[in-house]
Amino acid sequence: MCTYTTVFEQVDGSAKGPEGQWFHVSAATVYYDHPVHAMAEHTLNIDLTDPSRGPEGRVAVELTRESATRLVRAIEEALASAPEGA
Amino acid sequence: MGDSLTAETIQLAGAGGDDLEAYLARPGGDDRRGGVVVIHHMPGYDRATKEMVRRFAELGYDALCPNLFFREAPGAAPDDASATARARGGVPDERLVGDVAACVDHLRGLPSSNGRVGVIGHCSGGRQAVLAACRLDLDAAVDCYGAFVTGDPPAGSPTAPSNLVDLLPDLGAPLLGLFGKEDRTPSPEHVRELDERLTELGKPHQFHSYDDAGHAFFAVDRPSYRVAAANDGWERITAFFAKHLATQAA
Repeated sequence: MCTYTTVFEQVDGSAKGPEGQWFHVSAATVYYDHPVHAMAEHTLNIDLTDPSRGPEGRVAVELTRESATRLVRAIEEALASAPEGA
Repeated sequence: MGDSLTAETIQLAGAGGDDLEAYLARPGGDDRRGGVVVIHHMPGYDRATKEMVRRFAELGYDALCPNLFFREAPGAAPDDASATARARGGVPDERLVGDVAACVDHLRGLPSSNGRVGVIGHCSGGRQAVLAACRLDLDAAVDCYGAFVTGDPPAGSPTAPSNLVDLLPDLGAPLLGLFGKEDRTPSPEHVRELDERLTELGKPHQFHSYDDAGHAFFAVDRPSYRVAAANDGWERITAFFAKHLATQAA
């Protein structure tokens, strides 16, 4: 399968990237397609990037569908545990 | 024919005159031979693709693979380049055609060229191989599980390309198609639709769909690899290019 489908979102925060350096990230690219490294035919892939830093300015994760679904639930649970504005 | 070959990175003028990096592999010796343009898959201009380029040289062809993501990410690692190109919407079809045309011209300009050039692509490159064969003067084309030659991308997917159904009357080269029956893009229905359309149009083509194989069954470094399908597929590619590329152009 080759989905081509890509979802873009703006984000605001930091990520620890190449050579252990923290950097600001402003964009997320999310897609379900072939992984580079994970031993699965398809994964949910997220690139957190600072486009101004060039192609190397990203933190990438490749998660199986099941684990990505659990991660979504975990994020929602963590956010729900704290009130808005906290 | 010996097994000596050379491989190197070269620079071309691609679509729009843009600088374009490409990987060239050539057999040793001075005999005249065909050329093969290898279109890399969506994960990029990577080691596995360059191994295929060298394999075509070992089979007796001058083989050339353009780095389709060179503009977005010159010098970057293949995975970073692929992610960057994806984030910018992917490779426009017109640019792809121009880049492949530059590769075709380069191959035909080599002193060893017999005038014949084919194209092969995997995954997104499979669709792009068919696109190139509809737009350029080529002698053979191989589509390895390219999605959206037929069929429609999902609704609300602005980064997905359009299908090629309207271009198929312009297909100017015999087409070999290799697919996995467990694939969903292209699905067996997409493959059947393409087969039927090409038959209606009188376009020469040979399709083979493998049991126990899905997408990317040629990819030796991925869990999708299926040795039986890949071995048979390579034999079919070898015979197909031998028929259409190995002899001197008229």
